Amino acid sequence: MDQTKNNIEAGIDHSTTLKELWDLLGKVNDPEVPVLSITDLGIVRNVNLSQDISKGLVTEVVITPTYSGCPAMDLIKESIRMTLLEHGFNEVRVTTILSPAWTTEWMSEEGKEKLREYGISPPMPKQQVCSNLLFHEQEAIPCPQCNSFNTSLISQFGSTACKALYRCNNCLEPFDYFKCH
Amino acid sequence: MERIKLNTIAHQPQNSLIHYTLHQADNALILGHRNSEWTGHGPVLEQDIAISNIALDLVGQARNFYQYAALQINESMHHDATVDEGRAEITEDSLAYLRDVREFKNCLLTEQENGDWAKTVLRQFFFSQFQYLLYGSLSQSRDKDLSAISEKALKEVTYHLRWSSEWVIRLGDGTGESRRRILIAFDELWKFTSELFIPASYELVVAAEGLGVNPVTLKPSWMKNVSMVFEEAGILDALSQGIEEGWVGLCGKEGNHTEHLGYILAQLQFLQRAYPDCNW
Repeated sequence: MDQTKNNIEAGIDHSTTLKELWDLLGKVNDPEVPVLSITDLGIVRNVNLSQDISKGLVTEVVITPTYSGCPAMDLIKESIRMTLLEHGFNEVRVTTILSPAWTTEWMSEEGKEKLREYGISPPMPKQQVCSNLLFHEQEAIPCPQCNSFNTSLISQFGSTACKALYRCNNCLEPFDYFKCH
Repeated sequence: MERIKLNTIAHQPQNSLIHYTLHQADNALILGHRNSEWTGHGPVLEQDIAISNIALDLVGQARNFYQYAALQINESMHHDATVDEGRAEITEDSLAYLRDVREFKNCLLTEQENGDWAKTVLRQFFFSQFQYLLYGSLSQSRDKDLSAISEKALKEVTYHLRWSSEWVIRLGDGTGESRRRILIAFDELWKFTSELFIPASYELVVAAEGLGVNPVTLKPSWMKNVSMVFEEAGILDALSQGIEEGWVGLCGKEGNHTEHLGYILAQLQFLQRAYPDCNW
């Protein structure tokens, strides 16, 4: 907010540049689920622009990790820098914040659709599965291949931190579920 | 004038928040390392992946705590005239790789050997149940870094707790052999759970300031939740007998460890000790 105020006072309108930046970030893919961009995932929390006397236009991209131990964070930061550099943004700072903690609620509807087409069942709405109760009923997760709800959990932990492993009892295919977080 | 040795932080009340942060980091790193020893050796592929995922979460949490500890240490040293100006900055890596056994503040429970699957699962269950309550409470801390790290970690620990609870029930309520093994694991591990709830001096200081949690306040809920799962697992008798047996006091939190931690560090720190500052 302060930045906007400063810009208005300085008579600079960054809105076109900001839109370009968000579009560019929408082309940076998550290395572990390459069908999703980092904006689909909802891990880009903010983009700030400021003028520095010696450096010129400085871009700050604020991101948050999906999981504390997400091994893709360093690569994602690098990809952000490279993508923006290719488009003339030479001074880029990538900042990581932890709070508020990332949630699958921030995933875009478009992202969920891409996941389904890719063969990964997208996260269900949060209130259904993120309960802290230990022995709550298991939620029915639809199979991304045949859409059957007749599926069963194999393991709460899958090929990456953000996925669980399921099996479809109808088409017999195993599949990943992008678990609610 | 005495100089502060690299990575060694004096035990003074004003350093309590640093020690508290390191204590949380060490707990997560050492248990994460223990769990990672299962990678490639799990009983079935899915559970190998599960325990490796839990290891990854814990090491990630450790990194967040170490980064915050390093920040605090570097700031406190900038204000200390007795410290060399040319001194290297403390980093998350130097804290994990260059401190010796006595400087680690993890609870003894986290460094115990993996044993069989029952022992690993039960150790995880005891500790996840503790972390679940701790992070829930710590996410309300007045310290915004500790609260942010905890808020994030709590979501992960919820999954660890569900997974380990289900395994305790499966083994306790399974075959004669699985029940026998979980009861042996209980005998080996129970005595180490007491230390989780005995506050070290630095925990008392940060708790009094509203920055940290006095772990003794978590004990009633912990006992209640553990009893609930043990009852479901049909091993509640063991718990009522165990309570009367010997307890371990304040040890690991103050740097007094079992022989196991030295072996863990020998493996974990080997590369940085053999090839100092090695990077790739």
